[in-house]
Amino acid sequence: MALDDRKSEFTFVGTRPDRPDGLDKVTGRAKFGADMSAPGMLHGAILRSPHAHARIVKIDTSKAEAHKDVKAVVTRADFADVPFKPGLEGEFWNVLENVMAGEKALYDGHAVAAVAASSALAARDALKLIEVEYEVLPHVTDVDKAMAPDAPVIREGAADYSVPEGMHPNVVRYHESGHGDVEAGFAEADLIIEDSFVTEATHQGYIEPHACLGMLGNDGKGELWCTTQGHWIAQKTCAALLGIETSQLRVTASEIGGGFGGKTTVFIEPVALALSRKANRPVKIVMTRSEVFRATGPTASASMDVKIGMKKDGTISAAQGVFRLQGGAFPGAPGDMTAMCAFAPYNLTNVKQIGYDVMSNRPKQAAYRAPGAPMGAFAVESVIDELCKKLGLDPVDVRLKNAAHEGTKASYGPRYERIGLVETLEAAKAHPHYTAPLKPGQGRGISCGFWFNHGGETSVSLALSEDGSAQLMVGTPDIGGSRASMALMAAEVLGIPYENIRVTIADTATLGYNDVSHGSRVTYASGLATIKAAKHAVEKLCERAAAKWDIPVEAVKWENGCAVPSGPNAGDFDPMPLADITADMGRTGGPISGHFEATPEGAGVSFGTHIVDAEVDPETGKTSITRYTVIQDAGKAIHPTYVEGQFQGGAAQGIGWALNEEYIYGEDGRLQNSIFLDYRIPVASDLPMIDTVIVEVPNPGHPFGVRGVGETGIVPPLAAIANAVSNAAGVRMKQLPMSPPRILAALKDNNG
Amino acid sequence: MNYHSPASFAEASALAANATGITRFLAGGTDVLVQLRSDVVTPDTLIDIKKIDGVHDITRNADGSWTLGVAATGAEMTEHADLGRDWPGLVEAMDLIGSTQVQGRATLTGNLCNGSPAADSVPAMIAAGVTVTVTGPSGDREVAVEDVPTGPGKTSLAKGEVISAINIPARGENGGDAYLRFIPRTEMDIAVVGVAVNLRLDGDIITEARVSLGAVAPTVLLVEDCAKAIIGSALDDAALDALAAAASAACNPIDDKRGTIAFRTEVAGVLAKRAAKIAYARAKGEQA
Repeated sequence: MALDDRKSEFTFVGTRPDRPDGLDKVTGRAKFGADMSAPGMLHGAILRSPHAHARIVKIDTSKAEAHKDVKAVVTRADFADVPFKPGLEGEFWNVLENVMAGEKALYDGHAVAAVAASSALAARDALKLIEVEYEVLPHVTDVDKAMAPDAPVIREGAADYSVPEGMHPNVVRYHESGHGDVEAGFAEADLIIEDSFVTEATHQGYIEPHACLGMLGNDGKGELWCTTQGHWIAQKTCAALLGIETSQLRVTASEIGGGFGGKTTVFIEPVALALSRKANRPVKIVMTRSEVFRATGPTASASMDVKIGMKKDGTISAAQGVFRLQGGAFPGAPGDMTAMCAFAPYNLTNVKQIGYDVMSNRPKQAAYRAPGAPMGAFAVESVIDELCKKLGLDPVDVRLKNAAHEGTKASYGPRYERIGLVETLEAAKAHPHYTAPLKPGQGRGISCGFWFNHGGETSVSLALSEDGSAQLMVGTPDIGGSRASMALMAAEVLGIPYENIRVTIADTATLGYNDVSHGSRVTYASGLATIKAAKHAVEKLCERAAAKWDIPVEAVKWENGCAVPSGPNAGDFDPMPLADITADMGRTGGPISGHFEATPEGAGVSFGTHIVDAEVDPETGKTSITRYTVIQDAGKAIHPTYVEGQFQGGAAQGIGWALNEEYIYGEDGRLQNSIFLDYRIPVASDLPMIDTVIVEVPNPGHPFGVRGVGETGIVPPLAAIANAVSNAAGVRMKQLPMSPPRILAALKDNNG
Repeated sequence: MNYHSPASFAEASALAANATGITRFLAGGTDVLVQLRSDVVTPDTLIDIKKIDGVHDITRNADGSWTLGVAATGAEMTEHADLGRDWPGLVEAMDLIGSTQVQGRATLTGNLCNGSPAADSVPAMIAAGVTVTVTGPSGDREVAVEDVPTGPGKTSLAKGEVISAINIPARGENGGDAYLRFIPRTEMDIAVVGVAVNLRLDGDIITEARVSLGAVAPTVLLVEDCAKAIIGSALDDAALDALAAAASAACNPIDDKRGTIAFRTEVAGVLAKRAAKIAYARAKGEQA
C-alpha cells in the first residue's frame, strides 16, 4: 500500500518521554493476570497427565466432587463439541484438545480434568482425589524419530492437503518453494558445504505465568479477565470452545508480564469459564511455573540440512535447505516459516527450501518471536560463515555482496519493496565493534536475520475531552511500550503534548476485532490506525473552526495543534487551539472523536545484522558473551528507547537459546526441567551490555515510515553466537544449545 | 500437619522422637518450604528450630575455633568479617547458594541435612574439617560433616536427632581454603561440579590438605588421594596434574539434566587445580 501523505519531519516522534504505564508498574499498582478478584470467587486447578502418550480409559471424579470445598469438576465432556478438521483448518479443535484432553493424553502435562474449590490449596488437594485410569502408549519426542516409519502415530488424519503421499501420519504440513535451478547453481560453485543442524525447543520464559478470572452464567453471558497478547482471539476461541456467542463474552486484557508470542492463544481461560458455568461462581486460575513449562507453548525443535555453493568471489551460486520442525502433538510447527525465512536475506538466482510440520508427544508449540526463523538462520548463517572461512573472505563483505535489496526476488517468491538490509550491513562494517581486537580464546560472529512483519485487523478510537486532552482506545495489549508510541503518534497529528493523551487498552466490548499483539504489528498497525483516527478527529476540528469563521472547511488546515486558515485568501483569523474548539464542542455539534479500522497490508519486511564476541573456557567449555551489537532497520523509531529495548530483548533471549536453554526429556517422555533452576534462562549477570544501532530506512507502507521491530531481533543471535563460539573454540558447533558439556565434548573430539 | 516451635534442642529432639509419619526440621525453609509447595514432601510434623535461643549466633571461641548456631544465615556469615578472614572458602561456598533473598534465610545446617550431593557448603565444610553437634534422645554427640550424608536426600541422623551446632576448627597459621563450583550461568544455579580445598603450608610446602568434591557421586566426597597428591609439594605442575587425576578418578557421577558423566569427571580435575591454587595463595597470605 503506497501512501501519498508521508511525513518525515517530527515534533514528538523520535523523542524519549517516560512511559505512561511506568509509575503503575514500578509501584506495583498495575494489575496483572493474577491480581483480579471477585466476590464469591473460587480457585481452579488442573490435573495433568504424567504420561507422554496414554489412552484415557476412565476418569472417576466422584471423590473430588464429594469434597466439601469443591464446587465443580470438569472434564472434556463439559466443553462444546467442536468439529475436527485436518491441519490448521481445525485450529479450534486443536486448541480444545490441548486445553482439555479427549480420548488420549498426548504429552507430559496435558490437562485431563479440573476442579474449582473454595481455596487454591483445597483445589490442589482435590486434584489428588481424581482417579484416572491410563493405558500407556509408545511415545516419541524427537522430530527425526517422529518422522521415522516405526514412530508411534500421534493422531491419524491430522495431515492437510499439502503433505505428499507416503509420509508418516505425524507429518501434518509440507512446504516447498524457491526459484532457479539449484543443481545448475551448485555446478557453478567453487566450494559447496552441506551440513546438518539441530536446535532444541525453548520456552518464551515470560515472568508472569498464565492467569485469569472467568465468570460465565447459565444465560451464556460471560466476563473474562486474563493476561493475553490478544483478547479478541481469546474471546473468539473461548466462545467456540464453550459453545456460546462471541459477543456475549466480554474479555479484558490485564497488564501483561511478558508474552513473546506465547500468550497468543488460550490455555486456562476456557477451563475457568467451564468451571464457572458449572459452579455458577467466578473462577480464578493461576498456573505454576512448572505448568507453564509443561503445558504452554515452547518453540518447535528443529532438525535441518543446508547446502550452499559459493564462488571464489563470495557469490552464492545456489542454496537449498530442508527444515523439519516438531511442534508437539498438534499441527502448527512453523516449518513453512523456517523454510521461507532461511535464505530471505539474500539475492539468489537458485534457491530451494522444504519445510515439514511434524507432530510428537510434546506440548503444543506456540509462537515465540519470529516463529521458525531463528532456527533456519542458525543453519544457513553457520554454513555461510564456514564458506567465508574456507574461502578466506570477510563475512560482512560476502553478505553485502549477496544482500537482498529493493527489487530482489525473495527466496519465498515476491519482490522486495524498499528494505534496509544493506544499510544494516554497512553499519556493521563501520561499527567499532567489528574491527575491535579480540583477546586469545575469544571469537567473533556475525549473522543477518529476516522476518515477515504483519498488519492484521486493527480498530482504534480517539475521543477529545473538553479541556483539550485526548483519550485513545487501542485493542492491542501493550507488550513493548506501545502506549508510549501510540501517544507520541497521536500527539504528532493532534499537535498537543504527549502527556495530555491517555492511552487505554480497550476491552472487547469497546472496539471492533483487533488482531493479537504479534507479528511485530502493534507500532505499525495500531500506530497507523492511531494516526488515521487522530486525523479523523482533526478533520472534525477543522470543520468546527470553519463553521466558526464562516469559511469553507477546505480553507482550514491543522498546524501545531491549532486550526489556521490555509492561506491568505482564506481570511485573516488567529490560530484556534484545539482546547478552544473542544471547550464548547457540546454546543457546536457534539463530542469530537476520531476512528479508524482496517487490515493494513503495508507492514513490509524487516532485517537486522548482529555482531557478537564470545569467549570459551577451553578447560570447561563454558561460554561468556563479552560484547554484543544489534543493528536493525526500524523504518522510523517512534520511541527509540523502546526500539532499543526490543533489540536488546531479542539478543538476550537469543543468548539463552544459543547457550543453555532447552527442553530436556527423559526416556519416559517426561519433561525433566520444568523449573527455572534447571531450565537455564540467562540471569542478568550472564549478559553483557547489548549495544544497539537503529537504522532508519522508512517503510513505504506506514505514514511515518514505521517497521515493526519486535521479532527480527531474535533471528540473528543463534547463528551469530554459534559463529562466535565456533570461531573461539576452533570447532564448528552444529547443535543448540551450546551447553558446556557439548562444547567440551566437541573440543575433545577435535583435539583427539 | 503439626507445627511446633520448641524452646530447646532437647524439646525439639523429644518432639521428633515421638512424632509419626514424615518429620522435617524447619530453619530457613529454603528447601523444606519449596518441597512442601511443590508437593515433593508434605511433612506430618514440622519442627521450627529458629526460635531456640542462640541459633543465630556466630561465636569465635577462645581457642580460635568457631561455633555457629543452626539458624545463622548465609547473609549473616558473609557479613561477618572475621569469619570470612579465617574461612574465606567456606563463607564463599555458602554465599553461592541461591539469590540474595535466599541468603537471608538459608543455613549451613539446612544445606547439609537436605542431603543433596550438589550442596555448595558441604564440600567446603568437609574440607575445613567442620563437625556438627547432634542432640538426640540420649544426649549430644559430635559428628564429622562427611559422616552426615548417606545418599541423595538421606542422612545418618536417627529418629529424634537434630543438629544443634556447627563447629568450625581454628584456622591456625599458614592455612587457606577455597571452594569453586561449575555452573553454566554466573549465579542462581546449582553445582554441576563443586570442589573445596583446604591446606596448610610450611614455607612453600603443603603439610596438610583436605579436598572434597560435590555433585560427582551420590554423596559429597572427601578424597584422600587428592590430599596425598599435593601434600609434600609446593603445588608445582606435577602436583596439580596428580591432583586433577585423583579428583577425576574419585568421581562416580551420573548423566542428568545438569551435566554428563564425562563432563563432570573432567571438570572435577580442572576445578580441583584452580581451587588448590586459590587456597595455596591464601595460605601464603597472597590473596584474600
